[in-house]
Formats: sequence, structure tokens, C-alpha cells
Amino acid sequence: MTSIPAKTPDLEQMAAHYQRQAAQLKRRVIICGGTGCIANGALKVRDAVCAEMEKAGQKAVVDLLEHEDHSGETYFSKSGCQGFCQVGPIMRIEPEGIFYCHVKPEDAAEIVNVTLKTGEIIDRLVYVDPVSKKPQRHEDEITFYTRQNRVVLKNCLIEPDNIEEYIYKEGYQAARKALTEMSAEQICQTIIDAGLRGRGGGGFPTGLKWKFTLASKGDKKYVICNADEGDPGAFMDRSVMEGNPHAVLEGMLIAGKAVGADEGVVYVRTEYPLAVQRMRGAIEAAEKHGLLGDNLFQSGFNFHIRVVEGAGAFVCGEETALIASIEGKRGMPSPKPPFPAERGLYGKPTVINSVETLASIPYIIREGVEVFRSVGTEKSPGTKTFALTGHVANTGLIEVPFGATLREIVYNIGGGVTDNAGHVTGEDFKAVQIGGPSGGCLTPDLLDLPLDFDSLKNAGAMVGSGGLVVMNKQTCMVSIARFFMQFTQNESCGKCVPCREGTKQMLALLDDIINGRADENTLELLEQTAKAVQLGSLCGLGKTAPNPVLSTLRNFREEYEAHVYRKICPTGECKALARPEIDAALCKGCTACARKCPVGAITGKVKEVHVIDADKCIKCGACKAACRFNAITGI
Amino acid sequence: MADTAIKKLTVNGREVTFSDERNLLEVIRKAGIDIPTFCYHSELSIYGACRLCLVDVEGKGVMASCSTKPAAGMVIQTDTKEIRNMRKINLELLLANHNRECPTCTRSASCALQAIAHRLGVETVRFKAPRKEEPIDDSSPSLVRDPNKCVLCGDCVRVCSEIQGIGAIDFAFRGSSAKIAPAFDASLGQVECVNCGQCAAVCPTGALTPKQDSSKVWEALYDRSKTVVVQVAPAVRVALGEYFGAKPGENVAGKLVAALKLMGFKHVYDTSFTADMTIFEEANELLERIQGGGELPMFTSCCPAWVKYVEIYFPELLPNVSSCRSPQAMFGSVAKKVLPEQFGCRREDLVVVSIMPCTAKKFEAQLPKFSVDGKPEVDIVITTSEVQRMINSLGIQLQELEPEAFDMPMGFATGGGVIFGASGGVMEAALRYVAEKLDNKPLKKVDFKQVRGMEHLKEATLEIAGNEIRVAVVHGLANTKKLLQDIKAGKVKYHFVEVMACPGGCISGGGQPWGATDRIRIQRQQGLYNTDKAHQVQKPQDNWLVQRCYEEHIGGKPGSHEAHHLLHTEYQNRSQIFDAKLPIMRGVESNRLPITVTICANQENCPGQLLLGMLSSYVKDKKYTPWVDMDAAFSSRPAQDGTICVTVGDQIVERTHFHNAMNTLEQLQNQAAFKKITDAIDKGLAQIR
Amino acid sequence: MKESVEKTKAMVQHLAAVNAILEKNGHDPGRLIPILQETQEVYKYLPRDVISYLATSLDVPVAHVYGVATFYAHFSLEPKGKHIIRICDGTACHVKKSTAIQQHIYQRLGLNDEKRTTDDLLFTLEMVSCLGACGLAPVVVIDEEVHGQVTPAMVDTILDQIIAAEKTAKGEE
Ligand SMILES: Cc1cc2nc3c(=O)[nH]c(=O)nc-3n(C[C@H](O)[C@H](O)[C@H](O)COP(=O)(O)O)c2cc1C
Ligand code: SF4
Ligand code: SF4
Ligand code: SF4
Ligand code: SF4
Ligand code: SF4
Ligand code: SF4
Ligand code: SF4
Ligand code: SF4
Ligand code: FES
Ligand code: FES
Ligand code: FES
Repeated sequence: MTSIPAKTPDLEQMAAHYQRQAAQLKRRVIICGGTGCIANGALKVRDAVCAEMEKAGQKAVVDLLEHEDHSGETYFSKSGCQGFCQVGPIMRIEPEGIFYCHVKPEDAAEIVNVTLKTGEIIDRLVYVDPVSKKPQRHEDEITFYTRQNRVVLKNCLIEPDNIEEYIYKEGYQAARKALTEMSAEQICQTIIDAGLRGRGGGGFPTGLKWKFTLASKGDKKYVICNADEGDPGAFMDRSVMEGNPHAVLEGMLIAGKAVGADEGVVYVRTEYPLAVQRMRGAIEAAEKHGLLGDNLFQSGFNFHIRVVEGAGAFVCGEETALIASIEGKRGMPSPKPPFPAERGLYGKPTVINSVETLASIPYIIREGVEVFRSVGTEKSPGTKTFALTGHVANTGLIEVPFGATLREIVYNIGGGVTDNAGHVTGEDFKAVQIGGPSGGCLTPDLLDLPLDFDSLKNAGAMVGSGGLVVMNKQTCMVSIARFFMQFTQNESCGKCVPCREGTKQMLALLDDIINGRADENTLELLEQTAKAVQLGSLCGLGKTAPNPVLSTLRNFREEYEAHVYRKICPTGECKALARPEIDAALCKGCTACARKCPVGAITGKVKEVHVIDADKCIKCGACKAACRFNAITGI
Repeated sequence: MADTAIKKLTVNGREVTFSDERNLLEVIRKAGIDIPTFCYHSELSIYGACRLCLVDVEGKGVMASCSTKPAAGMVIQTDTKEIRNMRKINLELLLANHNRECPTCTRSASCALQAIAHRLGVETVRFKAPRKEEPIDDSSPSLVRDPNKCVLCGDCVRVCSEIQGIGAIDFAFRGSSAKIAPAFDASLGQVECVNCGQCAAVCPTGALTPKQDSSKVWEALYDRSKTVVVQVAPAVRVALGEYFGAKPGENVAGKLVAALKLMGFKHVYDTSFTADMTIFEEANELLERIQGGGELPMFTSCCPAWVKYVEIYFPELLPNVSSCRSPQAMFGSVAKKVLPEQFGCRREDLVVVSIMPCTAKKFEAQLPKFSVDGKPEVDIVITTSEVQRMINSLGIQLQELEPEAFDMPMGFATGGGVIFGASGGVMEAALRYVAEKLDNKPLKKVDFKQVRGMEHLKEATLEIAGNEIRVAVVHGLANTKKLLQDIKAGKVKYHFVEVMACPGGCISGGGQPWGATDRIRIQRQQGLYNTDKAHQVQKPQDNWLVQRCYEEHIGGKPGSHEAHHLLHTEYQNRSQIFDAKLPIMRGVESNRLPITVTICANQENCPGQLLLGMLSSYVKDKKYTPWVDMDAAFSSRPAQDGTICVTVGDQIVERTHFHNAMNTLEQLQNQAAFKKITDAIDKGLAQIR
Repeated sequence: MKESVEKTKAMVQHLAAVNAILEKNGHDPGRLIPILQETQEVYKYLPRDVISYLATSLDVPVAHVYGVATFYAHFSLEPKGKHIIRICDGTACHVKKSTAIQQHIYQRLGLNDEKRTTDDLLFTLEMVSCLGACGLAPVVVIDEEVHGQVTPAMVDTILDQIIAAEKTAKGEE
């Protein structure tokens, strides 16, 4: 590790420099530079707008650090993911706070000539609330945002590649305080008092974990930032790393001081190239400014951070597997105890925290325990980010205080449940799968349950990584359970018997159910196996893998039974069980279905009721899609 | 510091004391409850995969006892309804993915999977997901790998890497596709496995088993035209009895002789006879090296797994390995020379069978260098476990038999030849010889207890007639690797080093009864030492029948020309990486001579590149091209001098010493090494065409 | 003679890339995964000879490196197609019917669950779980470019473009 010369960063001076520069600017336009918006062409939009600016003889700047004098310039900064990728690319225009969505390069000229010149809003580009159908022109009107409480995600509007802006927003002050004014014990105690619980899944009190690691003897200790984020359908950590990488670094720095570690590793899944790039960039900037390296703030404390990329294995989110992976081995978990706090990376005491946990740390140290505890519940203080996806009008990344209800999230922030065609009908809600493949499902009767670590556990689900998938009534719960089972069985490391063999057999049993091969013993065997896997597995992956099955079995047993005993899938999703029929009362004899059927299974004369030949039918569903009169059932 | 204070905890309502046990499992087993396990071995690291050892710890929930430290006051239930169900389902899951063919399985009698399923009362297998049938790997002369019976406990992987320091097999793939495999799913016979069989010795199922060769023995016995003789290795006699209810360490040699006679072996001999002979040769070689300034330390060479290990990993130390053949191989060459005459049969009608504790001996016996005219000197090697099955198949009640004596002369051995089966035994026997030789007067105290026991490394410095002799004894190849590194680094200096691949020596070889623990190993070792004590003759040099054999057949004395021919051997450098190969030329004839030149890819100017060019010109000039396949094999072993190794056919032409990368073509051409290679090519081609 | 020297030189240069990677990572077996990642970037997959060479250089058993390389989804021991199509089948994408996209591409390119690379080595199709763009579900990544809210028709357009570009590139040769 190269030793970086001690240099005392002057935070105030850097903040002042930023402020001086920002004050010269004419305007600021924030273009979302998260993975989602970039995928939708955000950078092309930015370049088009900049080109138009030039045409119009106006000055545009994209990097404040490029030169000194910015007077009269319009600053096109990028942000991290603003959580609303669905409507991306997103553009915010300051100081008015105008919120444009679905912006295209073709809109550039108009934006430059209208909004940027006169401040007038282009109605075509504003967001329309899917429920009220009203346009919401400014960011502080949009229900998706107003109903949230963004703490960790707050700074996601800053330019992630400009360390000075982070410092201007009080960044690294907590680190300075921790390094120069607090003892390791005091930091641990503060975090204990704050009641911060790990955001990576288990909800273990972070302060306690630090205290154990501090107490472990070792000539060397490590801090690991768990950024493996493997839960399919969750992207909170990605957003934080892309939008606010320095908060993560600062959190690690403080953790390092708290446990006595001088080295940190960020383990990022390799599917997140942008996050890797932003984290590396942030580390470089922090090193350059003396915020990482030796003798930081002349406190005698050294801290170095490196980024390690994963190689595609969900199980490497598990602590011991993650450590094995960093050490260059197969990512197979090992029994705990010993916990990483005693024997972790390279056998040394190690503290592992998730991205979100670490990003919460500077806030707590800076603002104090009281402020942190002012939101959330007694046992689960603070806020939590969730990835709200599935059949909901507004999908995206949200942050709410612990204790918020599902109803609040699904109906207010999420704008309600949609049917398969994407319409909010108001009566489609079936369930929410929370906590990803380790979690469980919540049913309509739990809509008013205040969400926190303990209430979810009692309800047979878990906060987990924070994936929150809303499902409408056309969703087959057996299929969903099978989907998660398929995921866990694919991702099982194969080390221990219950998980390796059990998930495989459970998947086979679910396949039997879905394909109509199940018999009266199937459900019992499925349940018994699920329990054995839960009890017997070595690591969290196997221990929680049966949760989706057990929770759907508990909440939607009749749906399973319909598959098993009546051989039908009530939602029609399970193709093998489909028995498409034409409801004679509804059929208008329009022939649309017959024309669409790929195998010619439908016969009937114009204006007469049509019939399906079950022997010929391959259950493709084309007829159902074609029928405008909803006459086709059973598929 | 180990905590040895006595503490208490509760198991199933009973108070149990413990002190420094490393986990709950040991405590519970000590308390008389045998929790089932697949993946726990006290000598190996804790793995925690089989999940059978789960127990309920009050206040903490269900935990794996193998990986939980005992703490005073713990209240433990080893069996609850949930745990029992979990264990049963666990077994059912394993069996669903298992090729259940117990009646015909080699491991039927000692299969842990079968036994545990039985114990837990698993009566049906309700799971139906199809099992993927994997091909059986029987490419190795020593072992058979049947992935369809593997429970992925990882025991073999840990033995091979932790005890043997090799890692020839490892986990591959993941999830339900996970399996145990050599690199690239190659067969075991093609990788750097040294055939020690320790993996099979820990495998709880029939997934890794010693290769079964007893049917070949029956063939030979039934063949009236053949004279079948058998040699029995020292370690066999103190373990075989375990199958028949004897205590580990009980010497059943006499009964075994009787049983073998019942089977139809014409003569039953003792490998300890050639073990004594080994001492004559090896101790002489040692004295010569010490007195004549030869390469020191000298390493023993009776363990073929160890020999293969040096050949692969430390070829630079090959000159230090004694050139003596192993006792088995000596027996083969001597028997094939002496016995036909004695019995009045043709050499090709004499069948020499070995009963060995060892799977590596199966590999050794088939090495071309131990064949004469394509016929191996030892025809068939079977292990202790196979001879047990032969005894059973004939219905012989071993324990009922009256002991019989080995046949003479090759059945006569001293105590020194018998203790070869224990780690330290070869050393002790050699010291008996060397001490007497150096001292020039009869040795009174024949015990050298410093080199006995189960310690990983035993060292001793002996003062004999003014000479200081430093010796070391090591077992397990991982321990050996450490020692070799220290020796190479000059950290330690010895004259003589004994190496045995298996923990405790041959008494726990890969062919011995399954389930050896350190306790059993010590008992077996003790059995050998007791036998030694009971022998009328203890010093190998006093074996007058060996002396007579020298006089009559082997040039009169140890080290003679004839002795070199019959009792010594040469070694191969096996250190190339054959996967990193570049085809240079490909012949067209069906019979071709493979030539490989290993070159160093770390150096821009590796002389191997020139050499390769020269060899390819040579081949072209001589118009050999249709019959030659030439490859460049790459080596990156961080050797500064970029050593080149050339193979011609299956012969490894000595490592050539083109040390200087600045060598010019002329310099290369003038070197004797180049000539040596072209000679080998000429010879190879002459045979092929 | 010249020829074989040249050939060997080429192989040495070929392995020089590996040597540079090894050097950069300090021949540290603990850095096996980054070493494999960097190697795969050079060769696009992990050729057998290169794995053996790496293992020997790092002084770890080849079986160990093989075990690591087969454990992680990102390593490939087979050559892959020139263009990599990755379909997300994470939860968000799954409920938005990513399997329909998969089936469509299967049909279009003649692939299936076992056969993931087209015979002409032009395309490889991979299923991944979550690319972190769930808000845009269903998501498909083609050659590092992320496409959101994908429909079969969109896929066709993109594939058509790639195939056309490949054809003109070939024609120009
Ligand atoms: C299979 C599995 C996958 C996991 N994946 C993640 C992950 O992607 N990110 C994460 O932060 N924690 C993950 N965890 C939880 C971590 O093991 C660990 O508890 C967490 O990183 C601790 O951080 P926290 O205390 O900040 O929550 C996973 C656990 C398991 C069992
Ligand atoms: S529970 Fe699954 S992922 Fe965890 S160690 Fe066991 S097999 Fe591996
Ligand atoms: S489901 Fe498909 S095959 Fe069956 S009738 Fe309808 S269109 Fe025809
Ligand atoms: S499309 Fe519908 S209405 Fe028309 S013929 Fe078919 S079933 Fe009848
Ligand atoms: S390994 Fe055991 S369970 Fe399997 S077939 Fe052999 S004896 Fe039977
Ligand atoms: S007990 Fe009966 S069923 Fe079982 S093996 Fe013997 S003969 Fe067959
Ligand atoms: S025989 Fe020995 S070297 Fe070969 S795989 Fe088994 S343990 Fe390893
Ligand atoms: S081969 Fe045997 S020892 Fe090795 S993992 Fe399989 S069952 Fe265990
Ligand atoms: S120690 Fe003995 S049993 Fe083991 S491999 Fe060597 S010779 Fe064979
Ligand atoms: S990437 Fe722009 S809102 Fe998510
Ligand atoms: S012995 Fe404890 S898990 Fe196998
Ligand atoms: S689930 Fe497809 S991108 Fe997250």
C-alpha cells in the first residue's frame, strides 16, 4: 500500500471554494446520471442541450473543477440515481426546481430557448401524476418524492464526481470529528445510542458489532463495505454508490476509527460498472485531498480503501463467503462462530456493514443521536430505502422512516397497484413480496402494519435488502414462490446438504405443482423439506430460502390446493394447467381468436360462438390476448 | 495456551465434564453419544457442510456441534423432534441424489451413508428430481472415483490439500452442479495426484475407493499354468484383523498366511524380507554419501507417493532421493529372478502378488521402469481391504485359523524390516545398521525411540563413534513440503530424512481398513513395535537369509553391480505444465513420437525458444516430420535460470542446463545436452518406424 | 526453424499479457479473482492453458483455480460470442415478463437453455439476476448498453442493427 503524505485537509476552505464557484453560476441543471437514466439516454440529452447552448451563444460547463471562473455559465451537473428511473431521463432545473421527465435529445432546443431563457415550463415534459392525472411541475409537488423522507438519499442530487460539493454539504465533518475529537469507544457508544440497525438484512445493531470488533485483539483489522447487493430487484446500494460515494467512504473511515482498522475494502458486484467507477473516482479524490491515507487530520490515524469487484455470485453477500471471495477463494460460507469480528478477512478481526448502513454513519455523528432517532420507531430508528417495483404505478427507489405502512408506500408513494396492462384500477392489490428471495409476502390485511425489523419478522417476512415487489391479482403466487426458489437454487453455493439438495428438490416439487404432476403428498413433503432446509442450512441463504414458499403456503394455501387437487391455476399463469375455453355468453363470434391461434384450434363461423379444440390447443394464450370481449377464460 | 481446566455442561440432561476439546461434538462423543457426521475429522479443518451434527443449545438455538466451542454451563439437547426430522430429510435428500447400489458397492460394509440412513430409520426416499449420471473415473491405477456416490462432504479435498499439500481434487461448479473434480474435470490418472489414497481413506461413501484388483488375483489362482506367490507388507498384519473383530494393532500375520494358503497361493512371503534388504542398500548408500561427499540430505525412497511428489514438485531434489527401490519393487525383481529357478517354472508363469496397505503401490507396480520386456515384476497389487473381501468371499473364518509361518527364504525378516510400516520405522532400522557399521561393534540398544510416534516432524542427532548424524522423520506431504522448503532454504541440515506420505506411515495407508483415527494409528504402530520386540532378530544386518540371497544371486554384497540393476532405480522429472502447450508440428502417420520442450514464458530470451527451433530443424533435416508431434509446453515456475525440460515419448530427457539466456546457437549446439536429446529422438524414431 | 521460433515467440507474447497481469498483482494467490477477471478481459474467456499457466505461476493447485473459475458466474471457460446479450431475470424484470423476451431471443437466434452461443459465435445470451436498473424493467443489456422497458420488437431492431453492421463490416474486408 502506498503511503500518502500527510496533508491536513481544510474542509472549510474546500467548501468555500465550491461556494465561490457555485455563486458565479447563472443556473444549474441537474441531469440524472444514474444507470437507469444513462440507459435511457440522459448523457445524450445533456450533450444535445449543451450543443444547443453553444449554438445560442451561451456558456455551459459540465465540470466545475475544470477551470476557475464560472461567471455567467450554466452548470450541467449530473446526479446519482434519483430513484425514479421509470420516468427517466430526469432533468431538474434550478433554482426554480422544475422537474422534467422522459426528456429526449430532440427536446434540447426547446429547453434551451424556452425554459433556460425565460423560466417558462414546457408542459409536455412535466410529470403527470398517474392517479390524479394532474401535472406536477416541480420536484416538491411530486407525490412520489413528497411522501418520502430522504436522508441517506438526500445528497444524491449533488455531483458525485466533485468532492468539494460533498464537503460543501458538510461532508467529512463527521470524519474529522470522529478522528480528532472522539475515542473509538465513544463512537461505538454513539452508534449504539442511535440504535442504528444493519441495513443489509439482519438488522443487527451496528454499534454492538463495532464494539465486538473493537474488543477483538488483532495487529490488523479490516472494515468491509458490503456492496454485493445481490437481491434481484433491489438497487439501493447501487444508487448510493453512484450518487453519493463519499458518504460511504466517510462511513468506512469512521468505522475504521471505531474498531481500530486501518484498511477498508469495498466489495461491489461487478454488474455495477458505474458504481465501481464512481467509488474508485471518489477514493482517488479523497486520497488526493488527504481524506484517505496516513495520519488523517493529523490524528495519527491511517486509513486506506480499495475496491474489489465480485465475480457473479449472490452468496458472496454473505459475510464469510464475501471474505472467502476477497481472499481469492470460492465464495462458500463457513460456520459462524467464529464471527468476522473475531476472525475475518485474512484471519483478522473484521467488521462488515452494508452500503446503506455505512452511508448513515456520517449523518448520525454529525447531527447527533437525537436527530437520527427523531424519525422511525423506538426499536428501528431512522429511515430505510426500499426498491419499489412490480405492479405499481410509480416504481423506483424510495426512502421512508421505519414505521411507515405498506398502504403509504404502495398507494401514496407508489401511486397504486396496476393491472397487467399498466392501469391503476384500485382493486388489484394481491400481495407484496418484501425482502427478496429471503423474504416473505404480505397480504392486504397487513396494509396498515408499520414496517420495521421486528414487525416484519413477526409477519413471517423480513426487511432483508429492501426489495419490495408489488403483485396484482393476476399474479400466481405458486409461480412467484417458484421464481424465488429457482433463484436460490441457482445461487446456492452447494456446500451444505439441506440447501444444495433441498432447494433442488423444493424446486422440483414446485414444478410438479405448476405442471399438474403433484399429488396429495406433495404439499406436505414441500413443507417438511422447507422446514428442514430452514433449520439445517449453514448460512443465511439456505436458512431463508424457504421463506417465500412457507409464506405463500401460509397465506395462499388455497391457491396451492387449486393447483394440486383441482389442477387449475386460478390466475391462469401456469400454462400447463391452462384450459382455455370460450364463454358462449360473451363470445360475439368476431373470429379474432381463430385468426390468431397458431395451431388452428379454434373453429366457428362469423357471428357465431366459437369453440376451442382442447386436444389441438397448445395453451399459448394468443386467443385470450386477441379477444376484445373477455370471452376466453381458463388461461 | 490450551485451557485445561475442567468445566461442565449438560448433554441431554446429564452433566458432562470437558476441558480443552475443540468443539461440542468431541465433548458429546466423549459423553457416549455418537452424533452422526460426514464432514468432521479431528485431523482436518472444520467444514460444517453435512449439517448432521446439529444440536439444540438452550438460549442459542440449533447449532452445528462440530463448529461450536463448548462453554461451561451450556445446556444441550442432541435430539429434538425438529432435529431428528431435519436429519432424516437430510439423509433422504442425499439418497435421492445417490446411485444406491449397496449390494454391489465396494464400500457396502463400511459405508457411513448407509449406516447413518439405517441408524436414523430412513425407510423411503420420497424425492423424485432426476439425478444426473456422471461417468465413473477409473483412469488412476490406484483409485476409482464415482461421483454418483459423492455426498460432497469435502473430506477428500481437505485431506489432499491440508494433509498432503497437493490439492489434486477440489470443488468445482456450484449449487446443485457442485462436484468434486480434478482440474478441468480431467481424470485422476492425468493430474498431479500422487496416488496416496488418503482421500479414499476419509471418504465416507463409495465415491472414492481403492481400485479393486482381486479378480485378477482369482484369475491367476485359477490358472493351473501359473505359479502364484504373494508378499505381505508389514503394515497389513496389524490392521487386517480389525475386519474380523481383532483390536487394532493385533498381529494376524500367521492367520493371514494360513488364509492365503487356503486360497491357493503357492508360497506366502513377507515384504519385510526386502525391507531388510532395503536397509542393506540404503544404509550403504547413506554411508557412501556421507563419507564420499554425495548429495545430502538423503531421502528415503520406499514410499511411491512421496517419490511421485518429489518428481512433480521438487525435481531439483531428485538427486537427494535414495536410488533404492521400494521393498515391494525389490521383492518383485528379486522374486522374478530367483524363484523361477527355484520352482522350476518359466519366468512368465510366475505371478507375483502384493498385499499392501497402500494404493500408491498399485501405481508403482505398473511403472514401465519396473517391467522387464513389458511384463511387470509385481503383477498384481491388492490392498488390505481387498484381501479381506477375498477371505470373506471364500468363507474363511480368519480368527478360527491356526497361524502358519511365512515361506522361506523370502519370508524371513528381522524386527527392523517389520517396523517399516510405521513412520520412523525405516529410519530406526537404518540407524540400527548405520550405528553398528560406524561403531564397528555389536549394537546393544536397538531402540531409537526419538523417531517413533505420531509427531509431524521427529528429529534426532546421534553421536556414533565420533560422527554426528542428524536425522529427521516426517509424514504427511504437507508437513514434508514445509520441511523441504526449510532444507532448501538452508534453515535445517540433516544427513538422512525419512518421508512417508500417509499419516503415521503405511499403517494408515489408503488401502487399510477404513476409519483410522490417531488412536487407531498409534495402536497399529504399537502392534508393529511389539512384533519387533518379539522377533528373535531385530537388526536388519543380521538377516542371514538376505545375506545369503546377496551371495547367491545379487553380486555378493550390497552396492554391487547386480544390486544396482535389481534393487535401484531412476527418477523422472514430472514438473511440466502440460496444459499450457503450443503445437509446433503435427505428424501424419498413425504412430507418432511426442516431443515436448518446456520453456519459460517469463523471459523474452528463453533459450528454450532457440532449442525448440533447433530441434524442429533437426527433425525436418532428418525427415522425421511425419512421425513427430512437437509441442512447446510453458513453465513459469519462478526459476531465474529458465530451466528447460524435454520429453521424448514417455521418457524425460534430463533437465538440460541451458542456464544462460544469452547462449548463442553455436553454444547450444555444442552442449552435450543437445546430443542427448537428439539421441533420444533417433532412438524413439527407430522404434516407431 | 524460423517458423517455430516465431510461433513460440507469439505464444510467449500471448502469455506475456498473463505475465503482466501476474506482475501487476504481485503474484499474489489472494488476488486470484482480479487476476482471472483481468485475464478474461484479455482473452474474452479463460482458456485451459492459461488457467494452468496461472495456477503454476501462483503456486496453487490447478484444481483450485478451476474450482474458483467454475464457481463464479462471470467466468467462462468457453469462448463466448462477439456480442453479449444479457437479459435481466431479477424480480422486477421477471414480474414484468422478462421470460417472454428470453423466449423471443431464443427463437430468433436458435438458442435454448443449454445452447447459449450462436454457431457463428456472433451472440451469447446470458440470464442475469438484476442489473440494478429495476425501475426500467424489463431490462436487457447488449454489449454494455442498457436498454430499459424492452419489448420483443425493440430487441429485433437492435439485433437487426448489429447483424447489418456485421455484414457491412464483413463486406468491406
Ligand atoms: C445470501 C446472503 C446474501 C446477502 N447479501 C447481502 C448484500 O447483498 N448486501 C448486504 O449489505 N448484505 C447482504 N447480506 C447480509 C450480510 O451477510 C451482512 O449481514 C450485512 O452485510 C451486514 O451489514 P449490516 O450490519 O450493515 O446490515 C447477505 C446475507 C446472505 C445470507
Ligand atoms: S446454505 Fe446454501 S449457500 Fe449457504 S452454505 Fe449452505 S449451500 Fe451454501
Ligand atoms: S391458447 Fe393458443 S393454441 Fe390454444 S386455442 Fe388459444 S390461441 Fe389456440
Ligand atoms: S375473439 Fe372472443 S369474441 Fe371473438 S370469436 Fe373469439 S372468443 Fe368470440
Ligand atoms: S456408497 Fe454407501 S450408500 Fe452408496 S451404494 Fe455404496 S454402500 Fe450404498
Ligand atoms: S433381507 Fe430379503 S429383501 Fe433384504 S436383501 Fe435379504 S433377501 Fe433381499
Ligand atoms: S490419492 Fe492422495 S494425492 Fe491423489 S487425490 Fe487422493 S489424497 Fe490427493
Ligand atoms: S468423494 Fe467422498 S470424501 Fe470426497 S466429497 Fe465425495 S463423499 Fe466426501
Ligand atoms: S506411506 Fe506407505 S501406505 Fe502411504 S503411500 Fe507411502 S508407501 Fe503407501
Ligand atoms: S437513474 Fe435516473 S432516476 Fe434512477
Ligand atoms: S459434522 Fe458438523 S456439519 Fe458435518
Ligand atoms: S430486476 Fe431487472 S434490473 Fe433489477
